Amino acid sequence: MKALVSVKRVVDYNVRVQVKSDGSGVVTDGVKHSMNPFDEIAMEEAVRLKEKGKVTEIVAVTIGGAKNEETLRTALAFGADRAIHVKEEGEVQPLTAAKALAAVLKKEDAKLFICGKQAIDDDANQTGQMVAALLDIAQATFASKVEIEGDKAKVTREVDAGLETIEVDLPAVVTTDLRLNEPRYLKLPDIMKAKKKPIDATSFGDLGVTPGAGFKVTKTTPPPTRSKGVMVKTVDELVSALKGKGLL
Amino acid sequence: MTVERDVMEYDVVVVGAGPAGLSAACRLKQKAAEAGTEINVCVVEKGSEVGAHILSGAVFEPRALDELFPDWKAKGAPLNVPVVRDDIYFFTSETAAVKTPNLFVPKTMHNEGNYIISAGNLCRWLAAQAEELGVEIYPGFAAQEAIVDEQNVVRGIVVGDLGINREGEHKDDYTPGMELRAKYTLFAEGCRGHLGKRLIAQYDLASEADPQHYAIGVKEIWEIPADKHVPGLVVHGAGWPLNSENPGGSFLYHFENNQILVGLIVDLAYSNPYLSPFDEFQRFKHHPVIKQYLDGGKRLAYGARAIVKGGINSLPKLVFPGGALVGDDAGMLNFAKIKGNHTAMKSGMLAAEAIAEKLAAGSEGGDVLDNYPAMFKDSWLYDELYRARNFGPAMHKFGTLVGAGLNYIDQNWFGGKAPWTLHDRVPDHTTLKLAADSQKIDYPKPDGKLSFDKLSSVFLSSTNHEEDQPVHLQLKDPSVPIAKNLPMYDEPAQRYCPAGVYEVVGDGDAKRFQINAQNCVHCKTCDIKDPAQNINWVAPEGGGGPNYANM
Ligand SMILES: Cc1cc2nc3c(=O)[nH]c(=O)nc-3n(C[C@H](O)[C@H](O)[C@H](O)COP(=O)(O)OP(=O)(O)OC[C@H]3O[C@@H](n4cnc5c(N)ncnc54)[C@H](O)[C@@H]3O)c2cc1C
Ligand code: SF4
Repeated sequence: MKALVSVKRVVDYNVRVQVKSDGSGVVTDGVKHSMNPFDEIAMEEAVRLKEKGKVTEIVAVTIGGAKNEETLRTALAFGADRAIHVKEEGEVQPLTAAKALAAVLKKEDAKLFICGKQAIDDDANQTGQMVAALLDIAQATFASKVEIEGDKAKVTREVDAGLETIEVDLPAVVTTDLRLNEPRYLKLPDIMKAKKKPIDATSFGDLGVTPGAGFKVTKTTPPPTRSKGVMVKTVDELVSALKGKGLL
Repeated sequence: MTVERDVMEYDVVVVGAGPAGLSAACRLKQKAAEAGTEINVCVVEKGSEVGAHILSGAVFEPRALDELFPDWKAKGAPLNVPVVRDDIYFFTSETAAVKTPNLFVPKTMHNEGNYIISAGNLCRWLAAQAEELGVEIYPGFAAQEAIVDEQNVVRGIVVGDLGINREGEHKDDYTPGMELRAKYTLFAEGCRGHLGKRLIAQYDLASEADPQHYAIGVKEIWEIPADKHVPGLVVHGAGWPLNSENPGGSFLYHFENNQILVGLIVDLAYSNPYLSPFDEFQRFKHHPVIKQYLDGGKRLAYGARAIVKGGINSLPKLVFPGGALVGDDAGMLNFAKIKGNHTAMKSGMLAAEAIAEKLAAGSEGGDVLDNYPAMFKDSWLYDELYRARNFGPAMHKFGTLVGAGLNYIDQNWFGGKAPWTLHDRVPDHTTLKLAADSQKIDYPKPDGKLSFDKLSSVFLSSTNHEEDQPVHLQLKDPSVPIAKNLPMYDEPAQRYCPAGVYEVVGDGDAKRFQINAQNCVHCKTCDIKDPAQNINWVAPEGGGGPNYANM
């Protein structure tokens, strides 16, 4: 069984994101980027399924500019067998991404599509669901456990009330939650080998996708800064401080 | 326990993707292409990406780059802001300053033809050039040790054991590192490289040199209102808040995108154990000359890094069997200009040419690269460092004012070839006075607009380390901080560390020395300044450390 995993290049989670002074977005120039952490979990899951003999081939796909090749090399170092680069230098909104990924999924005829539940840059949490809808296939979102049995997938989901286990028919879309697994360290020999694995380039045009603007970002603002805390030594001080603020 | 490690063989392995290491790698490939041969080159970098650990000023002299890539402009090198003016101030108090008339500025401080750059971005660009030439670069992998065989020959390096816990045991996800073996290994770790330090000791490379000298640079990037921004303006300063016994200087460069690069460089030969370079920098920004630019601006980034400043008098031997030191790992910086990027690049290029020559002559490696020091001696780099040799010692011996006067005479009348050579044989870790003999410094509280506290600053360096790993700041004797440093010097690590890594916590007999290793920004100051030389900085798990952008 073939698995397709989508991986997105985002500003690294360690970076303190700065809002541009004109409010048009956040600063990305010269800033460290890496693979979206939820996509790392997706890659790890695919590799584990392959190690268990459930998956035979892993294809990684990304959408974006030339620098995204780095993200694909990371996916290849994780254990993807080959990679597809949908080249697009411009902005890509979730629906456009979903259309492109659906086209790739169809073309590759993969039975399992794994992606992160959301990307940490825009936190949209839409792409996986939309891919499933576009292709009219099953979806199992926020997965914290994935088991493949024949042509079905048993997926445990993290929901408000606790855990929910569902069974879906393949082909299906699975989106990963934080607790699904802990991605492995990449080994230097694997990173070296990844440099030699094949990457196929394609484009929205090749895939028959017309990028559209579903929405426009009108303003970006940083979160309000928290005012400084006051250290209190005794309960009395605490009480009077709270009273002073009119909270008691 | 013996660990099976994968082995890869290269012609040349380079440790560190800074200006020195990357220039060496590019030059090796160029030389191979010229000769129609193959030289395979691998570069490892402890930062999570190339540039993540690079912190520089930087006013950049393009001399070495002109030689390495004469067509750098066409290739899109990030040199976009030519220097348009040099201002030099002597700060006489916290509110006053004298602007030095151009006439009296030493020649070395003039910057026509130079550019204001982000050295991190220059490295990112150099890395792209190197990869295009076929160099393999592996960021996120620290060289942990040099492989030295029974014949005492350096044969390469060990990189990247991952998944070892705080106690030194293997975790579930333990991944053994790899041996990268090479005919020649170049060490380009920058100032106070931890392998360079070991090699200098092991091969006794510094026996004929003066002790090495250092400074610490604390730097911030600000975005300021467009009407105050003069792209290409360079402002240097000396004096307040530092003084002759605790010397240093400041810089403020008007970069692109309304950004200002501002920093304070504090000589690590300072004597007052109560001094905190971080706090000196914070209060420095309130001086009217500096404040005029920063007011109404926003701080974007923070970082710190040690600078090697001993110059040619302190230069160790550059070679040992199987390898060489290049860039600041050797100490190639020209402190009269506070510039080390072009000198690092040039030394890397020279070492590369030396290796290419050896390989072309059929060498199997492992021998001493004696042609590298010879090429160095014949180069403009040697000449430049020779001319600058008196700068640091003059400042240490005679203080900032008289020292500056002497330097003026040396540089402008003798072109740096004055018939004297000053030496400075006092190592920086021995210069602290006892706390009892020193004056406490009352630093003003940060105002949250121009000045900030340490923790919110470190936050902006985006530094991070996997928590469950051995502490990479090793104490040779864990009792020294509390038993000796505390009573003698009020444990200066609490103050010289610009990232708040070291704390003395608890009261009375329960006092304890705490190391918050995750905060470390890899500046190496503790390794240099600890009066007992008890702190040993070693490379943490690869990828750990700051994530600098545009530094
Ligand atoms: C505040 C400040 C201001 C400065 N201003 C200027 C200026 O205006 N102009 C100028 O020309 N110079 C300036 N310099 C000096 C200049 O930055 C240095 O001389 C230059 O960076 C030296 O280059 P390098 O390649 O030798 O070392 P570095 O630039 O330090 O690079 C070393 C690289 O090696 C990596 N590394 C280290 N150890 C290991 C290991 N064990 N394994 C893997 N990787 C490792 C590091 O992460 C780093 O990326 C300034 C320096 C400072 C600190
Ligand atoms: S612990 Fe040492 S190397 Fe790390 S930031 Fe502090 S002084 Fe610098």
